[in-house]
Amino acid sequence: MKIHEYQGKEIFRHYGVATPRGVACFSVEEAVAAAKQLGGKAWVVKAQIHAGGRGKGGGVKVARSLDEVRAHAKRILGMQLVTHQTGPGGQKVRRLLIEEGADIAKELYVGMVVDRGTQRVVLMASSEGGMDIEEVAAKTPEKIHKVFVDPAAGLSDGEARGVARRIGIPDSALAPAGALLQGLYKCFWDTDASLLEVNPLIVSRDGRVVALDSKINFDDNALFRHPEIVALRDLDEEDPLEIEASKHELSYISLDGNIGCMVNGAGLAMATMDTIKLFGGSPANFLDVGGGATAERVTAAFKIMLSNPKVKAILVNIFGGIMKCDTIATGVVAAAREVKLSVPLVVRMKGTNEDLGKKILRDSGLPIISADNMAQAGQKVVAAIKKKKAKPKPKVKARAKKKAAKRKKK
Amino acid sequence: MSILINKNTRVMTQGITGKTGMFHTQTSRAYANGKACYVAGVNPKKAGENFEGIPIFGSVRDAKEKTGATVSVIYVPPPFAAAAIWEAVEADLDLAICITEGIPVRDMVEVRDRMRKQNRRTLLLGPNCPGVITPEELKIGIMPGHIHKKGRVGVVSRSGTLTYEAVAQLTELGIGQSSAVGIGGDPVNGLKHVDVLKLFNDDPGTDAVIMIGEIGGSDEETAAEWVKQNMKKPVVGFIAGVTAPPGKRMGHAGAIISGGKGTAQEKLAVMEACGIKVTKNPAEVGRLLKSVLK
Repeated sequence: MKIHEYQGKEIFRHYGVATPRGVACFSVEEAVAAAKQLGGKAWVVKAQIHAGGRGKGGGVKVARSLDEVRAHAKRILGMQLVTHQTGPGGQKVRRLLIEEGADIAKELYVGMVVDRGTQRVVLMASSEGGMDIEEVAAKTPEKIHKVFVDPAAGLSDGEARGVARRIGIPDSALAPAGALLQGLYKCFWDTDASLLEVNPLIVSRDGRVVALDSKINFDDNALFRHPEIVALRDLDEEDPLEIEASKHELSYISLDGNIGCMVNGAGLAMATMDTIKLFGGSPANFLDVGGGATAERVTAAFKIMLSNPKVKAILVNIFGGIMKCDTIATGVVAAAREVKLSVPLVVRMKGTNEDLGKKILRDSGLPIISADNMAQAGQKVVAAIKKKKAKPKPKVKARAKKKAAKRKKK
Repeated sequence: MSILINKNTRVMTQGITGKTGMFHTQTSRAYANGKACYVAGVNPKKAGENFEGIPIFGSVRDAKEKTGATVSVIYVPPPFAAAAIWEAVEADLDLAICITEGIPVRDMVEVRDRMRKQNRRTLLLGPNCPGVITPEELKIGIMPGHIHKKGRVGVVSRSGTLTYEAVAQLTELGIGQSSAVGIGGDPVNGLKHVDVLKLFNDDPGTDAVIMIGEIGGSDEETAAEWVKQNMKKPVVGFIAGVTAPPGKRMGHAGAIISGGKGTAQEKLAVMEACGIKVTKNPAEVGRLLKSVLK
């Protein structure tokens, strides 16, 4: 789960991590009032969306007067902010953070993740703050300093100050900088974070060390013990299809292609997407129906896939182990009927009660294309789309008629 | 022959009275020598009772002492699963197999740290894994038993259904398996690809290995480097997630391309460079393995 920068900074403050003073705002008037309340001569107007690269996309502006605060707030609120993390459509800005300006002497970087190799939290810090840290890591890896933190002991005074010194924090600020790093680590650990980044962490001209930004992602599996974090969830920032899917315990992720996939198991789901690609198609989604899919869940999965207008064909790939093929077939047939399926459907089923499942599909009278293995399934679904595209106009008209009839019914 | 488990293994189920634990203990017990192998269940509140004749004990230690079980399979719900793993480790079992999906990563970091610091001998398989099967001898986990066939090919994989896919392809080609091991899809786990490959390398009953990986982390690369230096048997591989975009978690907690690292392309390239035959077509894994058998 992700949260906004301003929410992350509120959490930081609980851990004694210094941040600029700031106010979250939902309207231009609120933004101006917040700037007045904060006082001073300069403010930063920051778009609050769950994606990085906001500055480059024009979502972060410095204002030197209240009029400028108003102008920036007006322009940023409601804009479709496009960054390298949002995709080409961008993300609508619904919230702003108005902050006091900072007097920056040095920009640094601090990040934390769980390192799979050492199975510890790794603290990464660099003197090259404010930049694209992945580029720093690729080009000048020696500028990234790492500490693999002992989970039982936590980040020690010596480790924290050592890494602070290595990223160029002046001696006079080592003690507060060390304490800040320890605060960030404790924050990561206590909240079950999966990623924490401060870019930039700054040293101000008067020698203070301040977190100018915050990014925290949380481990979804640990949310059950953090109701206070669940309360920070902003559904506006999430894909509505992914939200709907999570209600049905389906793991769904939107992609850019036009072939909807429904598979059981994450690995097999990825392999199915890869097979589609291998035969020249492009998957519209990742969808894992899980091990215990019921007819209801299969129907929900179909509805979610089809609510993506880009979907031109569907591939169902099920390895029935514990889950029986006849159960799945019944679910698929019911779902296809309920949603009045109008795109080609290719089904590949394997495993327990395979023959029974295939019979149910055959007897349904639905135009379901059956495949015996994954490769065949991939080929058939890609061919089905091509065939559809190549079909002469009358068919298209017939489909349009059908759609019109459907609309009338509603 | 086989790795990790065989028909003489004695197994206890932690979480035997839960819905999942009951169901899979039943089906596992019905497979091959399961009846003789599943000897105990653990539930602190139900000590003295039994599940379809399998005695339930209050603790892992108790179950081990009274029945001689040295392997445990864990179906305990996520909030309590790490503690259940630790209980198995403290009781000095040979192997703990954790099927549970959805354990907080922090819990796993803590339990793995304790295991390392105390130099514990218990091997951990999983969590979030299908388990391990030695065909026609013993099944411990949630895989469908009937697709397997006894033989001499080892299978190791991070994903459940994709493992079944590979196994079914082998069986269809008439090629049996020595053991099939699912190491699980979580970022912090026990046995990794390389650990299982070492076991297969030392197993006289295994002639060749299928290794299936997925995006995220660098376990497959580590395993490939080890294969290049040490493996005496042919290995073929597949990596799922060529089409997965960076930054999106693909179902498994560990399946995510982050910081440009852990892509399928990169893994496939390293594996190939290390002498592992790879395919980009998951429907070809079985045939690819057949092509390397003498």
